Amino acid sequence: MKQIHLAAHFPGVNNTTVWSDPKAGSHIDFASFAHLARTAERAKFDFFFLAEGLRLREQGGQIYDLDVVGRPDTFTVLAALAAVTERIGLTGTINSTFNEPYEVARQFASLDHLSAGRAGWNVVTSWDAFTGENFRRGGYLAAEDRYARAESFLRTAWELFDTWHGDEIVADAQSGRFLREPGPGKFRRQDAFFDIAGQFNVPRSPQGRPVILQAGDSNEGREFAAATADAIFGRHATRDEGRAFYRDVKDRLAKYGRTENQLLILPAATFILADTDAEANELAHEVRRAQISGPTALRFLEQVWNRDLSGYDPDGPLPDVDPVLGEHTVARGRASVRMFRDPQATVAEWRALADEKKLSVRELVIAVGGRQDLIGSPATIADTINDLVQNDAADGFILVPHVTPGGLDDFADRVVPLLQERGVFRSEYTGTTLREHLGLDA
Amino acid sequence: MPHLHLAVALDGAGWHPAAWREPTAEPHHLLTAAYWAGLVQEAEAGLLDFVTIEDAVALQSTLFGAPDERTDQVRGRLDAVLVAARVAPVTRHIGLVPTATVTHTEPFHLSKALATLDHVSLGRAGWRVQVSGKPDEAAHFGRRTVPAIDPAHLDAPATLDLFNELFDEAADAVEVVRRLWDSWEDDAEIRDVATGRFIDRDKLHYIDFAGPKFSVRGPSITPRPPQGQPVVTALAHSAVPYRLGARAADVVYITPADADQARTTIAEVREQQAIAGRAAETVHVFADLVVLLDETEAAAADRHARLDELAGYSFTSDAKIFTGTPERLADLLQEWQAAGISGFRLRPASIPRDLTAITRGLVPVLQGRDAFRRAYATNTLREHLGLTRPANRYAPA
Repeated sequence: MKQIHLAAHFPGVNNTTVWSDPKAGSHIDFASFAHLARTAERAKFDFFFLAEGLRLREQGGQIYDLDVVGRPDTFTVLAALAAVTERIGLTGTINSTFNEPYEVARQFASLDHLSAGRAGWNVVTSWDAFTGENFRRGGYLAAEDRYARAESFLRTAWELFDTWHGDEIVADAQSGRFLREPGPGKFRRQDAFFDIAGQFNVPRSPQGRPVILQAGDSNEGREFAAATADAIFGRHATRDEGRAFYRDVKDRLAKYGRTENQLLILPAATFILADTDAEANELAHEVRRAQISGPTALRFLEQVWNRDLSGYDPDGPLPDVDPVLGEHTVARGRASVRMFRDPQATVAEWRALADEKKLSVRELVIAVGGRQDLIGSPATIADTINDLVQNDAADGFILVPHVTPGGLDDFADRVVPLLQERGVFRSEYTGTTLREHLGLDA
Repeated sequence: MPHLHLAVALDGAGWHPAAWREPTAEPHHLLTAAYWAGLVQEAEAGLLDFVTIEDAVALQSTLFGAPDERTDQVRGRLDAVLVAARVAPVTRHIGLVPTATVTHTEPFHLSKALATLDHVSLGRAGWRVQVSGKPDEAAHFGRRTVPAIDPAHLDAPATLDLFNELFDEAADAVEVVRRLWDSWEDDAEIRDVATGRFIDRDKLHYIDFAGPKFSVRGPSITPRPPQGQPVVTALAHSAVPYRLGARAADVVYITPADADQARTTIAEVREQQAIAGRAAETVHVFADLVVLLDETEAAAADRHARLDELAGYSFTSDAKIFTGTPERLADLLQEWQAAGISGFRLRPASIPRDLTAITRGLVPVLQGRDAFRRAYATNTLREHLGLTRPANRYAPA
């Protein structure tokens, strides 16, 4: 039996998160982060995860106001969480385009020291001039170079982590020798993206290198992950898609001299938990309606139509106008616009579906926007997760609650004990570092 | 006299190069969370206004802007912002002022990191702005080169030009950081279920900063920090940095050798403050002092001599080095306070020894003279320093 890995995603800046729920709390108070991280640690999860976006999303030239807006700085919150947790991994997204390796490497090495070996890094790339407007470089990176820079960035960071081996500091007060040898941390890196040299100033951290996560789903992204990542933050939480993705990525490992247990597949998964499956299905529908208000539904269509649809009625039929093709100009700063690569086909498909089932704009978006990934009673969800993992659709899941900060409480209290009873999830931490939790070699 | 303000500057095992060899030092724990939590909790037990945490984007060196080959001094450190964040949840009152470099870094990242430090500490964040003019630090980023400076001739014209450029850029960076802190009005989050709006986007603001070195659009991704504006501080030794402090900071640290020098430098800072149009604002001028304390003058002098002997040279510093008893240090602080200094950033020569001599020796002496607080009466760092919570520059008055 494979052992399942579980992680907790802090609810995101998107419409999955239901801020209108009466139980919904702050997205910025540290108490919210501490609550979710402690809940996940109480449930013996592998890690806590925090996403990042470096520019507020806009639609139609205005800041998008229907979803949660506002995030903390990833490193700063993770370092503070290290003070209120003891074992759980602390992972977050850090962009490889709008940062420099020396700085990011010292931040991760510092986080790893301050958390005694619990740091993890979700390496993402972006190139858009929209986000670049907040940074010195601007939007300088050609789209096709983004993985090349990301890989160079990551390999440069590794080189920096590895400049210290862990035996440099002797600190012998008697003899007055602090360093075993002079000049630790020396490096030189020259490639198409970086020309840097000097001395890295953070001695080797407990994990040496932070655990590397990646979320890329394209062919390039999968290849990058197969070459460099410890875990993939995946998108495919269903059985068939999951199995295909799992096989595809794991099959890429051999050519990099890696084995299948060196790269974990951890799809993100939303969940709806209730006493019975019937109640859960009912609740799932209610949550979908809360996630997709009328205004949200219209804004969602605008991301495909690529034009202003504010004059349409969300409870009426689909817009009769055609989508605007070419560069996306309506929605900016969000990943989802790249999911619709052929807007004409998508629109035709949706129109057919809406005609057939007599769906309004809002009903259509609820229908096509995707249901929650895991819906059911505690036993159903535990069985589903276990089935997916044992059948190689995943090695575990990154759970995404839809309410902050208490959205994981029931899962921790009701699902995790069932997984523990089935002998597929730890009842106590056996290691101290994130690498150990994930069963990765040091 | 009002109470004076006290801060302590934490760096490794202390500021003396041989401090790590003291019997009480913990040279094996300098990179652990427990070490830093213990130091900041000790400073908080002493009711200090804040701690600063040193940092740099290069390995420590005895040479300016270049690595040395020494093996007898502490080398290696942690990112100061993250150290501050790590200790925030295990402290309640004390201000947390990490050092962060502006020269090679992104003002957008700095702004949200410090805003987040303010959120996780419930209003205790500050920042010591660090300008980097060092060739080795520049080479770590590879985005520009910095010419080597001769520290013996800091008034050479080329050096002054470089300083002006770097410090003007630093002033721009602070301006961007501050604008981003204000880029969300306090009540921007409305959670209006009726209209489906989470925020009132009219209360979020583009900052549209454009300068010679960078431009930043905004708004921040992080809501306005609890203090509105976390406390900005800067160490300054000459006219160019005095100007940066006077333009951009809430606290300027200076390094006078005596009360007369303190008076002269304060006058310079105040003049620059007026030129910057900030005459009506509170800008604290703190004096930096390296302190080595013992119960008797002789014991302190002996320890100083012993440390120098271990180091192999006589330790010097940009700041005056005070070696003596807590009583005599209190005398000096009060003399300088009379000259216009409103607070002190004490750099313990060795840690923990000189830190506890401050919290358990100096503080009670000052309290006995009614010159220092007997309990924290305020919660945020701005409040400890008598600074009001500023109005948001973008909010309608």
